[in-house]
This record gives sequence, structure tokens and C-alpha cells, in this order.
Amino acid sequence: MEFALSDDQKMFQSSIQGYLNENAPLDQIRAAANGNQDVMAQLKTGLLELGLAHILVPDTHGGLGLGLLDSILVQEALGRVVAPYDFTALALAITGLRLAGSERQQTEWFSELISGDVEFGVALTEHVGAREQAGVVSSEAGLSGKSLFVLNAAAATHFMVCDRQGGLYIVARNAAGLSLNMLDTIDRTRNFCELVFDHTPAIHLSAEDETGTAANQMVAIGRLLLAADTLGASQTMLDKAVAYAGERKQFNRLIGSFQSVKHLCAEMAAQIEPARSLIWHTAYLLDEQSDEANLMVCLAKSHLAEIGTHIARTATEVHGGMGFTDLLGLHYWFKRIGANRQLLGSPETVRSEAARLQGWV
Amino acid sequence: MDLRLSEEYETFRQDVASFLETNRQDAPTPDDRGLKHPKRIAWQKRLIENGLAARTIPAEYGGYGATPDILKSRIIAEEFARTGLPKGSANQGVSMLVPTLLELGTEAQKQAYIKPTLHGEMIWCQGYSEPGAGSDLASLTTHAHIDGDDYVINGQKIWTSTAKQADMIFCLVRTEPDAKKHHGISYLIFSMDTPGIEVRPLVDMTMMANFNEVFFTDVRVPRSQIVGKPGAGWQVANATLTHERGMLGDPNAAKARLLEIAALMQTETINGERLIDNPGFRDRLIALQARVYAMQANGLRVMTSQLQAESAGMAGLIVKLQGCELNHELARLAIDAMGEFGLLYGQDTPYLRDFGLWQQRYMYDLGLIIGGGTAQIQKNIIAERGLGMPREPKPAVA
Repeated sequence: MEFALSDDQKMFQSSIQGYLNENAPLDQIRAAANGNQDVMAQLKTGLLELGLAHILVPDTHGGLGLGLLDSILVQEALGRVVAPYDFTALALAITGLRLAGSERQQTEWFSELISGDVEFGVALTEHVGAREQAGVVSSEAGLSGKSLFVLNAAAATHFMVCDRQGGLYIVARNAAGLSLNMLDTIDRTRNFCELVFDHTPAIHLSAEDETGTAANQMVAIGRLLLAADTLGASQTMLDKAVAYAGERKQFNRLIGSFQSVKHLCAEMAAQIEPARSLIWHTAYLLDEQSDEANLMVCLAKSHLAEIGTHIARTATEVHGGMGFTDLLGLHYWFKRIGANRQLLGSPETVRSEAARLQGWV
Repeated sequence: MDLRLSEEYETFRQDVASFLETNRQDAPTPDDRGLKHPKRIAWQKRLIENGLAARTIPAEYGGYGATPDILKSRIIAEEFARTGLPKGSANQGVSMLVPTLLELGTEAQKQAYIKPTLHGEMIWCQGYSEPGAGSDLASLTTHAHIDGDDYVINGQKIWTSTAKQADMIFCLVRTEPDAKKHHGISYLIFSMDTPGIEVRPLVDMTMMANFNEVFFTDVRVPRSQIVGKPGAGWQVANATLTHERGMLGDPNAAKARLLEIAALMQTETINGERLIDNPGFRDRLIALQARVYAMQANGLRVMTSQLQAESAGMAGLIVKLQGCELNHELARLAIDAMGEFGLLYGQDTPYLRDFGLWQQRYMYDLGLIIGGGTAQIQKNIIAERGLGMPREPKPAVA
């Protein structure tokens, strides 16, 4: 019985974090947010060299075959610097291939994912909730319909698309009958789009025993990773608030010595630590394929959304007027947390699902 | 990360579960009022005999005498939480005085006090807070001077729970008036029957006298009744305050409450609709469930630190603050879910649910948020010790 990270896990996380601190400082984040593709491409190359794609790819396909506990550590590290790199999309694509791809498909795509020659966007939103008649239907003539808030839109060479039945498809970015409309959101550290399909040719991932199993697992893993990203971003916001309160003076005192400020920071810390434990526990249960895992995912996703939102506003407030400016860039964290809150299910949506899972509805 | 339990522990869990199943009919209920109710004393005795209470206290002092095993203690706590049966007595004597005596008491003190305390036959109260010494406890002014072989105590304590029922008190008094405030205090233990002690009930918002004021007028206590050295009482007390704060945020208690509320919401109906079918209540229940599970996972983390003899750091510092707040909010949800029935208050009133426990908890738990180190003091500790934030500047001496 041990509820702690292993030494290997701690080392892995700190090497990723070290790399990110070095290579993704605020000016780089700003450049990426302003649309500089080179910055994003460079960061991606470095992160793939550190083995990000290896984590979830099975060892029979050249990966490390590790689990979600390792994945959340990466996602937390990325969230800490609001890195302009969509590891969630990568992890979901690997999950889709792993659970629904045939042996031949896995062999083909995993190696290209690891090398970075192929990068996936992920169209999964409608598997959680469809709006504006969105949704993708497959027929012998290809895919038709549309999908909103597709992850990792800008860099994707391919898309993994979930249809209304929960079936998974791979579509090339330049496929016939595919149009892509970028959706500008508050969060410029990642990018999202709408995909419109009109009899678009697609490769079906058809090795599932039961259609939808892989997509369901992708939703669960996506939610956990978004929660882990919020954990990292929240921790940084708290750290920045504490640092600022330890430098800024008013009334001839460091503002951090005022209890009104100190207590705001204590409240944030008191929320983050149990939330971190919840994320670890959820990742562990998913790795163990526990019956309780899906419930825990819903609890973790909604809980991190709530505390993240609170921390995002409170940490901004501790910075006073400066927190509100673009100069400090704090808003990148604020917006990232805000985006994570809505993606793949708002807190209320996810809590309703938790109720259903427990037979309370 | 590995949360599986070895076979030894799985067997242990089954043993605990089957003990609780076979003995549940003898457990006291909230209706068996009184700290020394025969059913409570008998239950406590049976729990100790079977290693489910006072587990690691040496047998020579009336405990079960097992080697400390954090996992087993946890399994026990979880099984009590799961079954909703009353766990071993955790009153201030058991949870604060006994650990203190084991660490710092003389052999005679251990022999005299530990066993009856564990067995529920000797009730203790805690004489710490004073009207002028709450959060700033070290400024206490109740004092004792030496006269022959005795300390002679004068002063007043407040917030003394169970002082009426208590046989004994562990008490902080100023014995070295010339020392600095943290170094002039001693830790004395004495009988509540000693002449010169007056107990006045302090009725709180629950309308029960959960607390008292205790007045000392020339109370003579033999000098042998000191624990630790004269002037070292602050350190002695701090050892026990740590025990108290750990106890106040127990995540298993919150889990048990969550299950009770879920059950309540599935059985109670309004206009024929179960409370759990109301989306608003359901949403609140699950938001709280997430917090309860987070605190439980946090408890696992703290426990792992203990197993590895490391400090739990921030994960440990936040337990009292978060745990007490969570318990209070759980009670608030139960009351809101009951609606008007949540207003009922009185032992014999019709339609009362769960013995009125939620109403009482909602109010009493607010007291726990304040007591045992207020939420504001907890936040100071988290900010200063946990986050390294600057301390409040001391006001200039006039």
C-alpha cells in the first residue's frame, strides 16, 4: 500500500518541467498565442524527443506502455507553463488507436505518431454533447456532418473523428470534402476548429468488440487530462500570487503579510492539495481498470473545474491591478483553466453523469 | 502507487467486518445518552478487547497492545465509517491526554490514569482556553503558586467541554510569572472534585451545554500532578494539539456522512418525488462527494507519508481547515434536503429524522470550525509554514 509517486515518476515529471521552464517561457507562450507556428513546432519536437508520445503507446509498438499516472504528470507540467502543445489530443489519439485500431493500423500509425510525422486533431465533442445539429454520420460514401471544438486544429495532419454511434475514423487534413473553420476561443495557447464533412473519405478503426467503448474511454481520459492541466495551471497561479505578495509593498508592508491576502493564498493551497490527491487516485483507478474509475473521473473533472475557477480569479485578485493586465500574462492561465472547465463536459454536465453512474437518476 | 492491500490486510479487513456484523446489536445509539451510559462503556470495552479501540496502547495500561500499524488503524476506521457503527471512544481523554501521558507522564501517572480513561470510566476535560486567551492561548493568566507540597490555582477557563461530567482535568496554568509567555506555563492534571472548582454550564447555539466555564479559587493540587517540567507546559500541550487537529478533520467521518445523506435523499420524498430526483440537491450532493473523495485521497497521501516517516507537508496542514468546513457543508445539505423537517429540533418531536443529528451537527460543526485552532489561525499556519508567506509585523511596543 503506497499512495505516492515513484522516484522514476518524480524524475520524469521534473525533467519535463525543467525542459518546459527552459523552453516555454512567457514570451514564447505569447508568440504562440499570437499564431507563431514555429514556436509550437519547435516545442513539439523537443517534447517528443523527451518521450511524450512513448508514454501511452504499447511497448509492442515501440512505446513504453506506461499509464495515466505518468500521463497526468506530463499534463500537469504542461498546464503549469500553459504550454502551447496539445498533449491531450495526442493521448486521445493513441487511446483510440490502442482500443479500436487493428494490429495493422496500430503498426502504421503509432510509429508516425512517435516520430512526429503525423499529428492528430481529435473530434470527440459530440460524444459528450451535440449542439447546432452537430454530429458525424458514416456511410459507404464517407463521413458527413460536422464536429465542433475539435482539439489541436492548427497542427493536425490528420483527425481522429468520433461518429454518432461512437465509431472512430481517421481523416486526412487534405481529404476531399473536408472543410475546416478555426474557432477562436479565449484560450490562445491551444486551438480549436469546426470540421465539416461532406462524403469525406475516412479510415474506420474497426477492431472494437463493441462500438463506442474506445470513444467512452477517450472521453474519460480526456476529462482526467483536462483536470490535470487545470491542476498545473492552478498551482502556477497560486505560486505567482504568493511570489507577488512577497514582493509588492503597500502601506510600508509586504502585502503578503496582510491576513486578508495571506488567507486568500491559504484557501487556494487548501483546495489544490486534496485536488492533486484526487487526480492521482483517479489516474490510478483508470490504470487499474477499476469499476469506480468512471465515477472518479466525473468527480475529478468537475471538482478541478470548480477549484480551478476559484483559484484563477483569486490569484488574479491577489495581483491587484497588475493581475488584470496583459503585461504579466496571468490571463493565459486564467483562460486555459476556463477552457478546460467547459471542454468534454461542464461541471454540471459531468456531475449529472456521476449521478447516473451511481443509479441516482 | 499501489493501493492494493496484501492478503494479511484483506483478511484483517474481513475480520473487522465480521466482528462488526456479529456485534452490531450491542452498539450504543445516539439515544443512549450520557458519556458513561452502560452500553457505551460495554461497547468500548469490547472494542478494546478485540483490538478495535486503544489498539496500540500497551496492554499493561489497559490498551490492546498491538504494534502500531497505520494500515490496520485505517482499515478499522474505514469499516466503522462503512457500517455507520460508533467507533471507539475518541473523547479528549483518549485522544489527547493518553498520548501525552504515554510520551511525557511518570510511570505512576500512566498506571493511575490511562486504563480507566481508555475504558470510559474516567472522563477528562481540557482546561486550555480562557476568556482572554483564545487564539492567543499562550497569553493565559490562570496561575498557580507553590505552597508547601501543593500548587494553589486561581483563575478561569472557558470552552471546557464535558466539565460537568468530567472526573479529571488536564489544565494549563501559569507557574513562572517572570518567564516569557511561552515558557511560564505548566501542565497540571487533577480531580474535578478538588475543593474550589466551580463549573458553570455555557449553553451554545445547539441549546445544549456542550461547553462550560470553570472557575478556580485556591484550588490545591499536589506538585506531583504536573506532567513534564515546570514551565514546559506549552510544549506538552502542543504535542496534544497536533493530535486534536488530526482528529478534527477525519475524512472517514465525512465519507460516512456522505453515505448517510445519500441514503436520506433516496428515502425521503416531497410530493412523492425522492429528494435525490431534485436536480439541484443532486448536483450539490455530487459536488460534495467530489470534495469528500478528494479529502479521502488526501488522507491516503498523508498516511503514506506517515508510513515512510516523512512530513506530509501541505497535504497535512490543510486537513483541519478543509475537513471541518466539509463536514459543516454536508450537514447544511442534509438540512436543506429535509426542508421544514430540517427545522425540527427536540428529542421527542414528531417527524424528527435521524434523531435530529443533522440539525445538531450543522450548529456544532460551526463550533468545530472555530475551536481547536480557528479557521483563520489555520490559514495563517498554511500561509506562513506551508507557503512561506511573510508573518504579520509585530506592533511597535508603546
